[in-house]
This record gives sequence, C-alpha cells and structure tokens, in this order.
Amino acid sequence: MDRLRLATVWLGGCSGCHMSFLDLDEWLLELAARVELVYSPIVDHKVYPDNVDLCLIEGAVANHDNLELVHRIRERTRVLVSFGDCAVSGNVTAMRNPLRKTEPVLKRAYLELADVSPRIPAEPGIVPTLLDRVAAVHEIVPVEYYLPGCPPPAERIRTLLSQLVEGREPRLNGGLIKPG
Amino acid sequence: MAAKTLTIDGQMVGAAEDQTILEAARDAGIHIPTLCHLEGVQDVGACRLCLVEVTGINKLLPACVTKVTEGWEVRTSSERLQRYRRMVLELLFAERNHVCAVCVANGHCELQNLAVSLGMDHVRFDYQHPRLDVDLSHRLFGMDHNRCVLCTRCVRTCWYIEGAGTLNVAGRGEKSKIITDLNAPWGDSTTCTSCGKCVMACPTGALFYRGVTVAEMERDRGHLEYIVTAREKKQWIV
Repeated sequence: MDRLRLATVWLGGCSGCHMSFLDLDEWLLELAARVELVYSPIVDHKVYPDNVDLCLIEGAVANHDNLELVHRIRERTRVLVSFGDCAVSGNVTAMRNPLRKTEPVLKRAYLELADVSPRIPAEPGIVPTLLDRVAAVHEIVPVEYYLPGCPPPAERIRTLLSQLVEGREPRLNGGLIKPG
Repeated sequence: MAAKTLTIDGQMVGAAEDQTILEAARDAGIHIPTLCHLEGVQDVGACRLCLVEVTGINKLLPACVTKVTEGWEVRTSSERLQRYRRMVLELLFAERNHVCAVCVANGHCELQNLAVSLGMDHVRFDYQHPRLDVDLSHRLFGMDHNRCVLCTRCVRTCWYIEGAGTLNVAGRGEKSKIITDLNAPWGDSTTCTSCGKCVMACPTGALFYRGVTVAEMERDRGHLEYIVTAREKKQWIV
C-alpha cells in the first residue's frame, strides 16, 4: 500500500501546534512508517505539491501569503484538518480584528514599541501584507476535520492522526475538542 | 402540595406542582444543559440552551421556566434539540471575542465546557469581533465585555441576593451590555457593596478578581446557593 502523503503547514500562528506535534516523541517513528511527509515547516520543500492526502493546517489566515497558500492547499489536498485554535477560530491571531484595520496594529508594534529605527516593514514580494480581517481556515476554504486546542495536546493529535492513517472516519469528542 | 406525573425521555417522573421541568429532570437524574440558570437565583430563560420538546406543543419550551404539567411527555435530547443547542452555542461564540487560550476562566468556564459537551468543534457563523471595553476601575473586580454572554446571572445576583441593584443591562440587540449604576465606571459606583457575588455568579471570564491571569479564575458557585438556602429555608447547610 502506498504511504499516505501528509503535509503540515504553518500560517498565522505561533508554531505551538507544531511543537505539540513534535511532542508525539517516539510515536513519530511509527507515523513515519505510515506516511510520507511531503511538505512541512520541519522538512525542506519549497512548493506545496500535488496529490496530498492529508494536510494539518496550523494558524489562521492572516496575510496575503496565507490566503494564496490556503487556496492552493485546498486544490491539491484530499483532506484538510484545522490544526489548533488559530486555524479553528482565529484565536489569538484574530485578536486584532476588533480594530478592523492593520494600521493601528503595525503602528503599535513597529513604531510605538520600537527600540531602534522605528519603521513599518514594506518589502513587496518579501514580506507579505496583512489582511484587514484575520480568518479561521474554514471561513476561506472548506475543511474536513477540526482539532481544537491551544495547542492541541500530543495525545489529541495522535488520536486524530491514527484514525485518519487507518482510513477510519475520525471521531473526536469529549475533552478532545476542548478549545484553549 | 399536589404531585404531578409526567414522562421525561420516556422515564416516568413524579414532581411537586411548583417544580420546573429542569428541576424534575435533575431530580430524576436526567441532565439538561443550561447556561443562564444558576442554583439559588431565579430563572429568566435567557440562553435557550435548556429548550425541550413536549408532545402536542409545537414550540420548544425552556425547561428552567416551565412548570411541570400532569401527563406531559417531555424529550430533552432529540436530534433537533441537539442541533439547536449547538447553534445557540455557536452564535454565542461568534457574537463576542471568546479567546479561551488567553482567558482568565480557561479550564473553569461554563461556555467552554458546553462547547465540549455539545460537540462544538468549530463555529459556522461569521465571528463578529466587536470592539469592546474592559472595565478595570473597581479596586477588586474587573469586567471584560469581550467574554460576556449576557446571561444576566450577575444582574439577578446583584439585585435579588445582595439587594444592591448596581448591575443592569443597557442597550438592545448586539448593543446590549452589562452596566454598573447608570453606565458609570464600576469603580465610581455608589451602590456597589463590593460583595463579589456577581463574580461568583459569572459563567465565563467576563467578571473576575483583579490580578488573576490566564486560567486562574476559579469560583465556588456553592456560596450563592448556600446564602439563599440559609435565608429562605433557614437551613445552614453547605
């Protein structure tokens, strides 16, 4: 049997969900035997490939780069999982949404709080511009499954992944869907 | 007092005539989810999570404010009710800024617990992300409107248990908010006794003790029930 083509991506989040993924420790070896990791912040692939079976998406859709990537992921992937609270609900990444615009956020971070050479970053083609409204992944493209948690504990990730890798319909309930 | 006999989820239940469906169900060991209900404080049927079906009645009835009736057949967890409850919950999450990860009540929140027990793994409605204030003018307590679900448990506690009448609801619809006195800062209130019962009553992280940080806000709800039981039944039981 072909190994499942797995991708993980890191959009507008803190990478905590990926840290929790690495917390799976030796189970990662078992997982590695069952899947081929085709795209991830922890491997060196530059372009999101075609024919991906499963993608865990960490983070909210916060900038134009995220927006473009999430559409490409949807086109090229069979099953998407919103991986962690930022992907599921926007969470901390979306806490700037009540301000409605990016300007006050950028001013605060890069001008008011700057120690040296205050300047709002503007490097077209290098630094992606922020979206005015941070969105949860399913607000942009359809998502098959949701894995809440900030971050989702390793055990929760294992429960979902083992179900998906075995080709079963995932069932997360009880404490496994607790946000926060 | 006359007894009424009815069935709840097919189970024959006897109840006193002044009992609500919620009380009768709980006495019979049947759980109905609630949010605006708080033991010891009178009910208003605001949150709609305890809606139940009764055979022969077209509309859904809030169990917390509906008295038992002889012969009723009540259903508390049909597929339709579960669907509506989840929808109510998602609307509550979408309406304001509930960020569990950085909330004082994380791990001790009734809204968060409901998300788990009602199977809400995501919200299908657009998040409104309203811009709301946090009132930190009181020397002991804080009020974060971002986390408020407008259940009015704090208002009812303030008026009917403490008798201070400091808290109230102002505005309509999405503009509704909990206010202190005539919408003055809480710290300037001339009626607040600083008793803290409202903080004990709050189901979320909207009311908290100043100085607590993420996940530190725990409360003992039993205090309110204890006070009311002692006052009304002269029973000093914990």
